[in-house]
Amino acid sequence: MNLPAVDWVPLLPVLAVTLTALAVLIADLFLTGPDRDALAWLSVLGLVVTAGVSAILWGHPARTLGNSFVIDNYAVFFDLLFCAASLLSTLMAVDYLTTTSVRAGEYYALVLFATAGMMTMAAAADLIVIFLGLEVMSIAVYVLAGVWRQDVRSNEAALKYFLLGAFATGFLLFGIALVYGVTATTRLDAIATHLARHGEQARPMLMLGIAFLIVGFGFKVAAVPFHVWTPDVYEGAPTSVTALMAVGVKAAAFAAFARVFLESLAATSGDWNNVLWWLAAATMTVGNVLAIAQSNIKRMLAYSSIAHAGYLLVAMVAGGRAGGSALLFYLLAYAATNLGAFGVVIALARVGEPNESIDRYAGLGFRRPLLAMAMAAFMLSLAGVPPLVGFAGKFYVFRAAVDNGYVGLAVIGVLNSVVSAYYYIWIIVTMYMREGELDPPSLATRPYLAATIGIAFAATVVLGVFPALGFALAHGGFSSLG
Amino acid sequence: MGRPILTALVFTPTLGAIFLGFLPSEVQVLRRAALVFSLVPFLLSLAVLGLFDPARGDFQMVERHAWVPEFGVQYLLGVDGVSLFLVLLTTLLTVLVVLAAFGDVHKRVREYMILMLVLETGMLGTLLALDLILFYVFWEVMLVPMYLLIGVWGGPRRIYAAIKFALYTMFGSLLMLVAILYLASLHRQATGAISFDLLKLYDLSIEPSTQLWLFAAFALAFAIKVPMFPLHTWLPDAHVEAPTGGSVILAGVLLKMGTYGFLRFAWPLFPSAATVAAPYIMGIAVIGILYGALVALVQPDLKKLVAYSSVSHLGFVMLGLAAMNVEGVSGAVFQMLNHGLSTGALFLAVGAIYERRHTRQISDFGGLWKIIPVYSVFFLIAMLSSVGLPGLNGFVGEFLCLLGAFGRDPRFVAFAVFGIVLGALYLMWMYQRVIFGPVTHEENRALADLSPREITIFAPILALVFFMGVYPQPLLTRMEPSITAIVAHVEKRAKSAGPAPIETVTEAKAADPRPARAL
Repeated sequence: MNLPAVDWVPLLPVLAVTLTALAVLIADLFLTGPDRDALAWLSVLGLVVTAGVSAILWGHPARTLGNSFVIDNYAVFFDLLFCAASLLSTLMAVDYLTTTSVRAGEYYALVLFATAGMMTMAAAADLIVIFLGLEVMSIAVYVLAGVWRQDVRSNEAALKYFLLGAFATGFLLFGIALVYGVTATTRLDAIATHLARHGEQARPMLMLGIAFLIVGFGFKVAAVPFHVWTPDVYEGAPTSVTALMAVGVKAAAFAAFARVFLESLAATSGDWNNVLWWLAAATMTVGNVLAIAQSNIKRMLAYSSIAHAGYLLVAMVAGGRAGGSALLFYLLAYAATNLGAFGVVIALARVGEPNESIDRYAGLGFRRPLLAMAMAAFMLSLAGVPPLVGFAGKFYVFRAAVDNGYVGLAVIGVLNSVVSAYYYIWIIVTMYMREGELDPPSLATRPYLAATIGIAFAATVVLGVFPALGFALAHGGFSSLG
Repeated sequence: MGRPILTALVFTPTLGAIFLGFLPSEVQVLRRAALVFSLVPFLLSLAVLGLFDPARGDFQMVERHAWVPEFGVQYLLGVDGVSLFLVLLTTLLTVLVVLAAFGDVHKRVREYMILMLVLETGMLGTLLALDLILFYVFWEVMLVPMYLLIGVWGGPRRIYAAIKFALYTMFGSLLMLVAILYLASLHRQATGAISFDLLKLYDLSIEPSTQLWLFAAFALAFAIKVPMFPLHTWLPDAHVEAPTGGSVILAGVLLKMGTYGFLRFAWPLFPSAATVAAPYIMGIAVIGILYGALVALVQPDLKKLVAYSSVSHLGFVMLGLAAMNVEGVSGAVFQMLNHGLSTGALFLAVGAIYERRHTRQISDFGGLWKIIPVYSVFFLIAMLSSVGLPGLNGFVGEFLCLLGAFGRDPRFVAFAVFGIVLGALYLMWMYQRVIFGPVTHEENRALADLSPREITIFAPILALVFFMGVYPQPLLTRMEPSITAIVAHVEKRAKSAGPAPIETVTEAKAADPRPARAL
């Protein structure tokens, strides 16, 4: 058997992050006590290097491993996004882990392994490689969800996520098999070529395959009706892991989802676009309506993340360059805002006292003005209020939808934004307009967490006021497809 | 391009807000700093007035920069005769509410002042933005501080009122956002380039049936803000719960954003749809006038009475606007300013008395004339201005609105004039019960009259009330070229794009044969 010659350059980002993970694991053996902060620094360093390596590859598309792995601008965009998400979720965990009994080494290494999986998904040019990346990512995240071993909720979350996740992966794999059965290939470009030439052959099997793929991806992005695991898992997992799941895992799933559907299966878009239309409408509506009823902030953010998957699906339905770029930008906006919001959730937590009830936020506005201001900005950004980045994202997505003739979906989207405004604003109401006694420790004593929230806040505001740079990146990223 | 005076005007309040964030928590320092930072934009707006060329009907002091070039979103500011005076009203009222807050805001002074200044940026930006996305951004920026002002410093039901206010306005504005995006998409189909530039979009021809949908989306957003009957229910709640400063700004400026939006966006962008809708809007405006007046008549709460009087007064503004002739629109814009001043003064008056007695029930007062004469006189002038007494500003505006509406359809005017009668009735009756008669509550005997600071607050408003009533010409001449241009544009476009020629359009054209000017 002849193995193709390997061009290592496109693999550098994944290698860099994997090596960092191994380094962290080894260093963990030798570092104890307060030195464990060094592990975080090692992770951060590795992620920065990885991001740097990825950035250098911008504009230099290359394929390797028999055309099954590609580093194009699309992959680079997502690499940068994943690095940023992992970096922030590492930073926000540093102080958090000291309040739990989690071993930091394992934690950071697993985050890095998950990141490697995400990067693989974004760079995969082959359905099998997507599956590989998905498994690398998912297994790491299954473990992370349960990393808080003494906590019952964390255990429950991990088990639930694992069982349902494995089930959904089965769907994905079956979908891959069926598509392979029709097209005789798993390579994305070859599938596209085949469908363009012989689109009408073996349609029932192809449709079934596409349906299974939608189920598989739909589970990972938490689209309705494949979302039921989300609130329980998001609530039970340690908050920094929830942040990684809400941002990184979702973005990775969308990276693969969009590459497969908007590139390989574009020729059959007439068949699946309607399905995604309904999924988008249902996901936005169910996510937003159920979020209103939540009294736990993590569950609220879980339903909010479901709703945002709906907006992202709107971008996929819109399709084309406009829709694809909008998808990428929205993921960026969503990542910045959501990571910040989870950072604030962590900021309120204390040993043995998670303070996840929304009522606990009462009166925070004037006791911790900066923290509350950041949280208010994150909530308004999620609601899509200008001049914050969430508005730029919604503007981009709805513009793509309207421009491509999906005015109805855009109207459903904005009506949903009104619904969502209610529960996001409720957080602000609670913080500023109600009296409470919770006085979380000052951020000044928790520099890592302060840095996380500060970075997210800066990104939320700056990218909102000057979205042009983000737009250019998203556009450049998506344009490299196809 | 010239000097970026409008940018300076819009963003000095924000700079002030940021600066306030770093000041020590000394209440007096914060108050004075806020006053200084509200005076700077006021002086800048006076400079804009000085630089304004009264003969021109187009936009002046235009600043244009690319913002998001990929989508043709621009940073585009400009002022014309319509926005000029609304800008002045905004900067003046902000100074006055900051001054008023010296007396009635004692907790969280820093946050209050910061929000007030951010709100000012939002209001000024909304009035000056000529790019639809920029407009939308400022429009939403207004929402958040106002909602916090109501919710944090408001009365007992403040949370309910704040959320109601926020959801109502967001609902309208988000549908408008879709319409804006659709409009830009139409522009791209027509010209190949996406653009949110208002001046370019004015020249876009749109199918009348499409116009109706887009007009509906814009009109809904603006009608909620005005508020027009039956979308007004958030207003009494918001007003009653808001702190005095919030009420003054809400009534004085924020409501005008709705009517301004109709004039600047809904009408000129979708002239044929607007012409079709005009009779209905006039009808709803008349219902609003009468309904607002009747409900105001029976209010036991002073603030609620003034709030419902706003519904009635804004009905006159909409009536004049929907007439879409020079008299009607001039009257509408003039009436916007009047309402800002007189209702602002009424809310300040209610606030002053509430500060002293912590009640706003009309039945808790009576016989104040002898106890606090200065206050009573100021209150009297504000009340008469709101009634529309000839010689005061309210008369000029209402008269022009009705005159314009008469030119379009006299039937509406026949009903609207009852609103004036009712207005005199509920306002004077309220005044009589509060100020005249015997002193019914002993607590009232010890009330203090207006302090010098409060007199300073009322004086400029009352001076303007007289000035605009006796000599409105300097304002009207500066407005007229712009208004003529808008009216001419709407007529021309409505005729060229409209379906069947509409009777009222031809009538109005005969009444106003001025040549069309390019906007």
